[in-house]
Amino acid sequence: MIGVFPFGMIYGALALSAGLPPAAAQFMSSIVFAGSSQFAAAQLVQDAAPPLVIVATIAAVNLRHMLYSASLAPYIKHLSIRWKALLAYLLTDEAYAVTIVHYQEQGITASGHWFYLGAGLALWTTWQTSSAVGIFLGAALPASWPLDFALPLTFIALVVPALKDRPAAGAALSAGVASLFAYALPFKLGFLVAGLIGILVGLYLEGRR
Amino acid sequence: MSIWWVMLVGGLLTFGIRFSFIFLLGRMDLPETARRALRFVPPAILSALVLPELLMPAGHVDFSLYNPRWLAGLLAGLVAWRTKSAPLTFLAGAVTLVLLLTLFPAAP
Repeated sequence: MIGVFPFGMIYGALALSAGLPPAAAQFMSSIVFAGSSQFAAAQLVQDAAPPLVIVATIAAVNLRHMLYSASLAPYIKHLSIRWKALLAYLLTDEAYAVTIVHYQEQGITASGHWFYLGAGLALWTTWQTSSAVGIFLGAALPASWPLDFALPLTFIALVVPALKDRPAAGAALSAGVASLFAYALPFKLGFLVAGLIGILVGLYLEGRR
Repeated sequence: MSIWWVMLVGGLLTFGIRFSFIFLLGRMDLPETARRALRFVPPAILSALVLPELLMPAGHVDFSLYNPRWLAGLLAGLVAWRTKSAPLTFLAGAVTLVLLLTLFPAAP
């Protein structure tokens, strides 16, 4: 949770410098509530990408949550639909990581979903607070600072440590190179095409092992 | 579509993704290929977003020292890879950028 706080602050400050109104930046933290996709959306707002491309990007970056959803589903299938909806809203990388370990060790218990709720709410509170602090501080930063460079730095800090094997590294590298060639495509579609190429390369490399 | 609608639709889609299998459980499961492909989505998309930012800030690939971003990004990437530390990554990137901006203020 402590590691999340600075990212939330950076998000808040960046969202402002990308041109989002403060209220919209905070709104995104509450309704989307997914760090990487919020950074990607801020970048695209700054590049004046069309709304559909921004929406598609948010969905694409968050698509991995489907894996978490499928993985946690058996442990909470006995809960009411309201509980399921609430827990689904709170399903982030971090909440998933601690909750799945808890369930794998303890199995389905009477209090398991309270553990999940606690992890989800702790992260939710951290993210909302740190975004707000970032938005507040971002408004006070001098405009001459090359703050937009913090966006690529954030992506590097998020992505590079997660490249644990060759297929993942191959996916990132090929998508990056492809994006340079696809840059000229209209509506910022180039990077989505490049992303698709990266995913295919990752699958291919993994299949060859 | 205003920025508010973008956020709202993006948020609803994200919720739908998170709710999907929690809601559907027992009636369907993720196909194996989709399962494997999903792992590659974030690194591929984010990397496709970041590389043009670093290498072509003016719309064309620029490997000169008057574009400090690619060197700063490269150094930050190396630090992120070796240390896996976000603070050190930011420090390396920011220091390199400021240093190069000071040494090479503008293209001739």
